[in-house]
Amino acid sequence: MAVAAEELRGRPEVVVEESVARKIGRAAARAPLHLALLFIGLLWLLPTFALFMTSLMTPQDYNSFGWWRLLSEPSLATWNNYSNLWRDSDIPDALVTTLLITIGGTILPIVIAALAGYAFAWLEFPGRDWLFILVIALLVVPLQMALIPVFKLYNTLGLFDTILGLVLYHTAFALPFAIFLLRNFFMGIPKDVFESARIDGASEARIFLRLVLPLGLPAIASLAIFQFLWVWNDLLVALTFGRETQPITVAIFNNVRQFGNNIELIAPASFISLAIPLAVFLAFQRYFTQGLLAGSVK
Amino acid sequence: MSATAHPETAPELSESGRWRRYAVAAGFLAPAAIMLGVWVVYPTVYTAWRSLYDREGDDFIGLDNYKTIFTTDILVTAVKNNALWVLVVPAFVTAVGLIFGVLTEKISWAVAFKTAVFMPMAISLFAAGVIWRIMDQKEPERGTVNAMIGVVADYVNPPGALPTAFPATPGLTGSESEGYTLRRPVPTGGTALLPLTGIPPEDVPAGATQAVQPERQVGAVTGVVWRDFKPGGGTIGKVETQELGLPGVTVELLDSSGEQVGSTTSADDGTFAFEDLEAGTYRAKIGTQTFQKPFDGVPWLGPSLITPAAMIAYIWVWAGFSMVVIAAGLAAIPRDTLEAARTDGASEWQVFRRVTVPLLAPVLSVVFITMLINVLKVFDIILSVAPGSVQDDANVIALAMWRTSFGGVNDFGLGSAIAVFLFVLVIPILALNVRRFRREV
Repeated sequence: MAVAAEELRGRPEVVVEESVARKIGRAAARAPLHLALLFIGLLWLLPTFALFMTSLMTPQDYNSFGWWRLLSEPSLATWNNYSNLWRDSDIPDALVTTLLITIGGTILPIVIAALAGYAFAWLEFPGRDWLFILVIALLVVPLQMALIPVFKLYNTLGLFDTILGLVLYHTAFALPFAIFLLRNFFMGIPKDVFESARIDGASEARIFLRLVLPLGLPAIASLAIFQFLWVWNDLLVALTFGRETQPITVAIFNNVRQFGNNIELIAPASFISLAIPLAVFLAFQRYFTQGLLAGSVK
Repeated sequence: MSATAHPETAPELSESGRWRRYAVAAGFLAPAAIMLGVWVVYPTVYTAWRSLYDREGDDFIGLDNYKTIFTTDILVTAVKNNALWVLVVPAFVTAVGLIFGVLTEKISWAVAFKTAVFMPMAISLFAAGVIWRIMDQKEPERGTVNAMIGVVADYVNPPGALPTAFPATPGLTGSESEGYTLRRPVPTGGTALLPLTGIPPEDVPAGATQAVQPERQVGAVTGVVWRDFKPGGGTIGKVETQELGLPGVTVELLDSSGEQVGSTTSADDGTFAFEDLEAGTYRAKIGTQTFQKPFDGVPWLGPSLITPAAMIAYIWVWAGFSMVVIAAGLAAIPRDTLEAARTDGASEWQVFRRVTVPLLAPVLSVVFITMLINVLKVFDIILSVAPGSVQDDANVIALAMWRTSFGGVNDFGLGSAIAVFLFVLVIPILALNVRRFRREV
């Protein structure tokens, strides 16, 4: 409650002339709200914390008691699961694969979508609006619609079980949203910028590289974070088009069948798999939120 | 993508200049057109066509694959489960986001709270499933969720002294849930012997001492509850040395009409007494609370609760999305409007119901529709949260599609039909989206 009172005092809306007694009274009235939110906040953090604690347990311990025992008996915790994970090459390999797929699957769709977004925003050609509507319509085509034909296509083209194959699939399905977002953002750039460049004799390619990309950076950053998280976290696409080419989600998936026995691998690998996107998210939270709002509230 | 199909008049440009500009536009659009054409448009058409053919793709079978969806048990389960997802989750996520958004609006540490709730959005749904699989273990000693429920459940319904005990002789009749009653009526001044067994040594209540044959007492019913088990044998129904009294057992006394006239708990040596009774015959009964089992865990990962368990995990992930979008909507509501309502004497609840929610309606519908699309395609979280043995019970459309096509069955005809079915479900939402976007174009 003391904390709650502290919090309230900092709030600008509290009327200055209010007596101390009234302030304390108001703070006390708000205390349940603060406590409830504190409880909910901790509740939301608990599952991730539980995974981390579980990743420090031996399988025997995991199968006999809950992770909270480690709080009272810290000596039960061990980093062995993590060091074993590094010794065995599956997970490190999977992390490298994940990283390659994610980098390719983030950069490629952004480049392609930026080109198309610029065309939709500032180049004139017949049927522009209708084509744009078509792109938006494609937004809702479920990934599942293309799995079977692309599976066959990849077998013919030799793209099955390759990083490139996964990158291209992610790229294609990222495009509708990326084009939509970037086109809208580019439209917000003042027209004069392009026209004066054109009068100066700049080619469209030059305008794109020197003006559109730098000016579009905020939107591109949001999109990049989104796409990074999306591709990093994918299971479905990698599970369908990969065998040896295994990102981390698939590597964990292959161990899930024997959950209790493989927990020494599943828990730390899951924690590593989420620590990286979590770090990206926390570092770029602002862009992420902006992208989210641009995508849904516009 | 023929950008030059319908040349329109652009008066200020020469014919060749216009074509050059179209060519440049086509160049900018070409990579996207190729990607979308090869990976999205062509496959969509192919899948629709393929869904009309059999497993091998040789024979045209019309709509038979679609019939199969609604006549195969695990596929019907998938459709039903997905319907449940659609009914429950988008509404829940939107409501939770609205509540969190409104509650955090006026606290100074809202950023910290929002970060905590939003964090799971960065986690893959697959890893979220792993997390909740750990949380949802059945034994309260291991599963976090059941451990928390157990604290409350054992407080509300304290576990009895002897959860595993049962009568040692047929003289005691009844059941765990009704309590056990001594068949033979006891007159005042008589004794009631209540032998129990099935109590492992480690479950004998602390402080239990040698059982004692109760002494008769005028105007009272006396008795003993004891562990009628003697190492190496003994006589059933008789209090013998090395047999322990059972303390803390609830004993009730019923009169001849079955009305309860008294209740007491047994002492360390198992004895109890009901004194100052009217003359007559009574019956002794061991109360149900004695046999109350400790909370042994909700089977979240069992066949009947696996879908709710997966939904909880899913809501845990998506609540942050809903909260952030709705909070942004809330921030955009003009302060004056709310103040005006308050000045007019509206209560906070009325302001919320009559002003905030209607103004937020567009934002709420965005969240709801987004979640609707997401929920129709739910997939990874089921694979990780549901143990293999209950995956049929947790089945959803996207998972059924994948399992049918790639998970061993390898029926591309049926798999295509399921994909098309999923697509058809999404189309009405697509229509909504296109309308919304067109307004913006």
